[in-house]
Amino acid sequence: MGTVYDFIVLPLIDIVEYPLFFIEVVIGGLSAGVMYSLVALGFVLIFKASGVFNFAQGVLALFAALTLVGIMDWGIPAPLAILATAGVMVALAIAIERLMLRPLVNQDQIILFMSTLGLAYFLEGLGDTLWGSNVKRLDLGIPEKSFEFQGILLNQFELVAAGTAAVMVTVLAVFFHRTRVGRALRAVADDHQAALSVGIPLKSIWIIVWSVAGLVALVAGIMWGTKSGVQFSLSLIALKALPVLILGGFTSVPGAIVGGLIIGVGEKVAEVYWGPALGGAIEGWFAYMLALVFLMFRPQGLFGDVIIERV
Amino acid sequence: MFYREAGQFKTGYAADQAIFPILQDRLFVIAVLAFAFVVVPLTANDYWFQAILTPFLVYALTALGLNILTGYAGQISLGTGGFMAVGAYSFYKLTTGFPEMNLIVAFLIAGCFSAAVGVVFGLPSLRIKGFYLAVATLAAQFFLVWLFNKVGWFYNYNPSGTIDAPPREMFGVLVTGAAAKPAVKYLAALSMLTVFALLTKNLVRSAVGRSWMAIRDMDIAAEIIGIRPLRTKLLAFAISSFVVGIAGAELFALHLGSVETIAFDVTLSFNILFMIIIGGLGSVMGSIMGAAFLVLMPIALTNLLVGGFGMQATSAKHLEFMVLGALIIFFLIVEPHGLARLWQIAKDKLRLWPFPH
Repeated sequence: MGTVYDFIVLPLIDIVEYPLFFIEVVIGGLSAGVMYSLVALGFVLIFKASGVFNFAQGVLALFAALTLVGIMDWGIPAPLAILATAGVMVALAIAIERLMLRPLVNQDQIILFMSTLGLAYFLEGLGDTLWGSNVKRLDLGIPEKSFEFQGILLNQFELVAAGTAAVMVTVLAVFFHRTRVGRALRAVADDHQAALSVGIPLKSIWIIVWSVAGLVALVAGIMWGTKSGVQFSLSLIALKALPVLILGGFTSVPGAIVGGLIIGVGEKVAEVYWGPALGGAIEGWFAYMLALVFLMFRPQGLFGDVIIERV
Repeated sequence: MFYREAGQFKTGYAADQAIFPILQDRLFVIAVLAFAFVVVPLTANDYWFQAILTPFLVYALTALGLNILTGYAGQISLGTGGFMAVGAYSFYKLTTGFPEMNLIVAFLIAGCFSAAVGVVFGLPSLRIKGFYLAVATLAAQFFLVWLFNKVGWFYNYNPSGTIDAPPREMFGVLVTGAAAKPAVKYLAALSMLTVFALLTKNLVRSAVGRSWMAIRDMDIAAEIIGIRPLRTKLLAFAISSFVVGIAGAELFALHLGSVETIAFDVTLSFNILFMIIIGGLGSVMGSIMGAAFLVLMPIALTNLLVGGFGMQATSAKHLEFMVLGALIIFFLIVEPHGLARLWQIAKDKLRLWPFPH
């Protein structure tokens, strides 16, 4: 009975007795969730617009952050360096379209998925070769001071990250639903060949979407890099973005955000309150289990398009 | 000129159903097996056994197992590392808990444990498919590795957290453990790969294999013609995890000898997936060729870059990543159906050679 008590009653007592601490845990989870969302956004964009499950998104973020740090090391001021990195990401998008996607038009989804895995390997090697593999500090002057608000400890940086994510989602949502290019992107996602046949220029569409994903990766890279230094482990956050994706739905921009927040909060709360009873470090798999259980009830995710199958 | 089936008549059902209906194919397979079983153990040195041949055989078996699930039954799995860990840890518990146990029995029971776990994590496949399923299997990957790391019982409360292969004999010869001869380990891995390759080859031609392929190609249509998705999918998960679990036990007992859970992390799962994609989905031969490619490639690259161009080991490692990634993309573009397809094309060409028509 002892374990059952530890597992079910104790955490709840803790939550009720120290509500402020619980709120702090939740806020910590939310801020982690925003970070996951930033990466998940890039995934959603590319999946929505080209049907490619882009595993390289995390590495794109790492690569962007590495390039930014590298350029700033030459003594170039931050705004210019960010512009230059954005340029690099667009160039990269063009190269990816030319060398990888164009020859693979109309292949199976799994083939495209594997090719992005290859891309992830390649970019990781390229980033390390160009800029070295040691941990780097990224300092863009984003305020990082902590302050107290009604007895709850907050960090300015977390607010900046949340604001950035909010702005990005709004812009992207408008872009997808209100512009011509956005509509074309959705058409391409539906069916490559059908889109081609009604005159949508597949080549430029893919360049656009990979550029946008590259820019989202740059933002994610900046945020993660500022938070925990630019290092190899950045590419692993791609894995954390996956449960976020399936929770929110592969095709939904708001889903990426909400999914990220749910995963972030769930993970932190589970780790703090239930982790000790299970032996700790459950953060590693909790998100996946949560997503798995969730999928049982709603296979298309929270906001994903309903999967319709025809024979 | 030499590769002709003309004049080879099938005179009975047995001949009609042979795995290798063409005499030349049969001879080729027998020659390869004879070479692998007799010539290689006599000539290869310990470096070859330990660094190249045994890992190749172990990964080939793993790829074979995953190919059953992904290539034949069409369910993408990223939990291979986790299922391998189940095999490895149950093999460890069995051989340390029952020192008298026959090694073959230990391998098989380890496979059964892995199969049971595979079925549990295969349950979501009834509801979800495609990439959603792939992400769901990641849950198996991370959860299982965490479990073996956290629960001391699995590694016999060893303070270092590693498990070491205990020395065990088979037919009076030491097979596992640090003192066992590399050639013996190689032969053990080779025998198991041969047996499972033949079994798989037969299985996928049977009613079970056909129902897997029907589910893979279109599960709704398959359901309508009377194939039960529940049984078929779970059977694919069970058999695939069984083979993968045995391969995991081999990786532990025959190749590495001493492992921590880190050996079964998610990169392993991705590597195995690479093997079957590069080798060819839905092909036994492809699994083996893909494993050979991914085991040999990094070693060859390292030797070339460090030995050939005198690069430093760390920068060579980065360059190796780049080349590997580029090669994967290149292969997918040139031949999305993998090395097995190239093999098939070569055979078709050979059939006509030297006359073009």
